[in-house]
Amino acid sequence: MSIRHGLLALLERGPMYGYQLRVAFEESVGGTWSLNIGQVYTTLSRLERDGFVVALPASEGGQRPYELTGPGRTELASWFATPLERTDRPRDELAIKLALAMTTPGVDVAAVVQSQRTSGMRALQEYTRLKVRSDKRAQGDLSWLLVLDAMIFQCEAEIRWLDHCEATILRDRPAPAPAAQPAPAADREEAKS
Amino acid sequence: MSPDVLELRDVHRTHGTGEAAVHALRGVTLRVRPGELVAIMGPSGSGKSTLLNLAGGLDSPSDGEVLVEGTALSDLSHRRLAAVRRRTVGYVFQDFNLLPSLTAAENVALPLELDGVGVRAARRAAIASLGEVGLAELARRFPDEMSGGQQQRVAIARALVGDRRLVLADEPTGALDSQTGEAVLRVLRDRVDAGAAGLLVTHEARHAGWADRVIFLRDGVVIDSSGPLGTAEDLLEHTS
Repeated sequence: MSIRHGLLALLERGPMYGYQLRVAFEESVGGTWSLNIGQVYTTLSRLERDGFVVALPASEGGQRPYELTGPGRTELASWFATPLERTDRPRDELAIKLALAMTTPGVDVAAVVQSQRTSGMRALQEYTRLKVRSDKRAQGDLSWLLVLDAMIFQCEAEIRWLDHCEATILRDRPAPAPAAQPAPAADREEAKS
Repeated sequence: MSPDVLELRDVHRTHGTGEAAVHALRGVTLRVRPGELVAIMGPSGSGKSTLLNLAGGLDSPSDGEVLVEGTALSDLSHRRLAAVRRRTVGYVFQDFNLLPSLTAAENVALPLELDGVGVRAARRAAIASLGEVGLAELARRFPDEMSGGQQQRVAIARALVGDRRLVLADEPTGALDSQTGEAVLRVLRDRVDAGAAGLLVTHEARHAGWADRVIFLRDGVVIDSSGPLGTAEDLLEHTS
């Protein structure tokens, strides 16, 4: 998610100045993503440059609120209407790490899988504790609970995927690859063609 | 410190002999204290059910020792072992296992009555136990008049009625949808927080997340556990 769209979404509620936007942003993601005020003002300048927000006259206290413009509202609607593509997200470092573990001589893949699974499980336990604690507060903040649930489901998905890796790959794993050696001449010729 | 409610000391369980021997558990050591919920995770055939059966005295180890509230089960006669099972251990199964011809209160009171407690005292304890899982008002309902989640909460009330302190739950959320399963785990967690000890077998990581500790079983061996928890706040800082 871009901070740009986050700020546009918050401004849909009404004009806000930088500090208010920062607080509202952190409240809506339950403290899982903290912004510094510099990031907020840099992003607001760019949004203003692109015509998505407009700065209103400064208040008596000297704060300049920003307001969503028509094009800004269209941009926000388009963001909500467009699903996030897998290619928009960073590469999955864990998948790459496991793929490399499979093909790197001397790596105990089962140990790599298990240490990742334990780490994921521990995170899942912590998120569950946070959720229980949040539920016990009166009418726990719904947006915060949704963010927590997202993290819980991501942990679960990772653990299920690790289980899957273990079951389908580790048990049928071919003999470990020998340590790097020069390929036979014939293979080198083939590789060139 | 409170004594362990359940302890497994280097427990082995082998089915069959010679070349046909199947080693279901190999040297499992485990302790569960009051107020602690421990989840067991592992693929099919990893020994989860064997472990649960041994913990409840339904099966005996080939080697090693199982202790419930400090008593070694192997030292007990059949009669006393049956009494431990009735008085100390409660089970929660995937498919609830409530008797359809009995009301919720009668189902919960049944283990006490089988143990010789008078009908009125057993009913009082059953109503109290139903109250602890938030179902006192459904005491007169029959199982087929309740949702799956409500039936499973009745099963938890039955497992922990009276003085029972050890609940063994075998995939208790397996037959329930995600939200209902979570509500059942919340009740189990509350009852454990109130002083019971719980052993939860599940294949769903999200449900194991409710446990204080998660034990990973593979081929009858504990290969890892989730260990002591850090603080949730630290984790959030790392996420941001």
